Amino acid sequence: MSSSSHTFDVLVVGAGPAGIAAACSAAEGGARVALLDNNPRIGGQIWRGQSQSHAANPDARKWFEKFAAAHIEFLPSTEVIDHLENGHVVVHRIDGQRVGAQSIDELPEEVHELAYKKLILCTGARELFLPFPGWTLPNVMGAGGLQALVKSGLLVSGKKVVVAGSGPLLLAVAAHLREHGADVRLVAEQAPWPRVARFAMSLLLQKTKLAQAFEIKRQLSGVPYKTNCWPVRANGNGENAKLESVTLRSGSRTWQERCDYLACGFHLVPNTELAALLRCELRAGFVRVDDSQQTSVRDVFCAGEPTSIGGVDLAIVEGQIAGYAAVGQSASAAKLLPQKRRLDRFAVLLRETFALREELRSAVDSETIVCRCEDVKFGRVRQHSSWRAAKLHTRCGMGPCQGRICGPATQFFFGWKADSVRPPVFAASMQSLAVAVAVQTEEHLMSHEESR
Amino acid sequence: MPETIHVTVNGACIAVPSGATALAAILSTGASAVRRSVSGGPRGPLCGMGVCFECRATVNRRRYARTCQILCSPGMDISTDVSDEPPDYV
Ligand SMILES: Cc1cc2nc3c(=O)[nH]c(=O)nc-3n(C[C@H](O)[C@H](O)[C@H](O)COP(=O)(O)OP(=O)(O)OC[C@H]3O[C@@H](n4cnc5c(N)ncnc54)[C@H](O)[C@@H]3O)c2cc1C
Ligand code: FES
Repeated sequence: MSSSSHTFDVLVVGAGPAGIAAACSAAEGGARVALLDNNPRIGGQIWRGQSQSHAANPDARKWFEKFAAAHIEFLPSTEVIDHLENGHVVVHRIDGQRVGAQSIDELPEEVHELAYKKLILCTGARELFLPFPGWTLPNVMGAGGLQALVKSGLLVSGKKVVVAGSGPLLLAVAAHLREHGADVRLVAEQAPWPRVARFAMSLLLQKTKLAQAFEIKRQLSGVPYKTNCWPVRANGNGENAKLESVTLRSGSRTWQERCDYLACGFHLVPNTELAALLRCELRAGFVRVDDSQQTSVRDVFCAGEPTSIGGVDLAIVEGQIAGYAAVGQSASAAKLLPQKRRLDRFAVLLRETFALREELRSAVDSETIVCRCEDVKFGRVRQHSSWRAAKLHTRCGMGPCQGRICGPATQFFFGWKADSVRPPVFAASMQSLAVAVAVQTEEHLMSHEESR
Repeated sequence: MPETIHVTVNGACIAVPSGATALAAILSTGASAVRRSVSGGPRGPLCGMGVCFECRATVNRRRYARTCQILCSPGMDISTDVSDEPPDYV
């Protein structure tokens, strides 16, 4: 089934900083490398909307240049939806075009299988969204979510924005929105001041992070940054439920802040669905890897946010290590290990600083929607004792996002663990699935033939 | 200056800068909701990165397209005003 033109020495899934670094490192020695992403362009979350000629960030520019100079085949708008036993993944184009890269031209189907010798998963992270009354109103979005929309063409000039939730991303987002002319009213961080202060102090010891922090501070001059503060309700009006304000709480004080947009995220959740589908071992919600970013599954590596939430520098180093290790350049990989160990400490600090407070559990009421795909309310979800039971009886997590949004929220509220992942890892059309099934059946028959 | 391209949103022709997503085109018409939820509430984009499916619409007759991940191309036909009955998805 797989002609050689669709067989890669190294296949990298996800073209954020980790995936770009992995692909470039693997390609250095001449291996045939493909990089795919469900976005139309490379860059991932942090470098979204940048390009080689328009990279504001020097790190981004360096990696875009490396990428352009390397022989890497990029498959845009392509998503991995399933995995087949013998070194194949099933991919589809999310925009209805045909799967394609320079060398494979256009494959005849919208859905296709690609073969790899080594697979590197660099699927990144998404934001954690916690339900509270009104969070489903239009114009209440993720913090990184609103930032991504602005990077891809949404105009926010003159709009009042409240940025709320948790994590350093809030500040980066606020600075970015301000740069685009938004009137950022407030940044509300749920973590308490002493912890945030300790975090800030530790940045003083890291030159690159400090420079970033100062740049953000300059861009945010005049915007209040309030710690110990979190949203409890988004208030809308009229038939179209236009967002008008957000109710915030800090200690025992509650007040409303007017806004056109509420940009709200509670730090990040790793995208481990594909790794789980491949049966890679997870530990405490992250993909377990060894010093060469090798997972528990042979020939499968993982780098960046799925292994730990540690920022862009860690993602890049992990990507490089995985790329080198995948092509057997273990000495080059080992050289980067001390750097990785140093950056790992930042990941621990992030986790400790932005741990979520108990009070965030009490903003929801029984009418609050938890599962946005199926409109399942908190009052119904609460009646069940596990993720599986809630899914079965309420359809919570059964919609097209496949529990990516409500799963982590129920984990926060009830300590539930989402059950095992079933393909397709992203909602795919029946036609996609039919192809996947056909391919699997054919392989099954072939392996039978061979074994006879 | 970025060049401009023309797309159709719910039948109306609009101009967007090249590089804009289909979602940006929808929102540039002044709408903040992209779809109606199963119980009829207005919904707009949440994640901006292709995981939540709240920005889904019909693009070039293809339903359930995640408009935040799709770049506008000249003549693209985007519509948000069709029923949200799931197509043949699982
Ligand atoms: C919305 C958002 C905004 C952020 N903004 C900032 C910021 O402004 N500043 C900052 O310092 N940090 C930011 N971060 C944190 C940032 O993501 C990390 O610091 C770092 O960039 C992670 O790099 P990565 O390569 O591991 O992941 P990412 O950059 O997330 O890249 C992963 C890529 O894999 C793709 N992908 C995932 N699954 C599949 C699949 N099955 N098939 C195909 N493609 C797939 C994703 O679409 C994505 O492009 C943001 C995070 C999020 C979630
Ligand atoms: S806004 Fe979440 S998928 Fe587009």
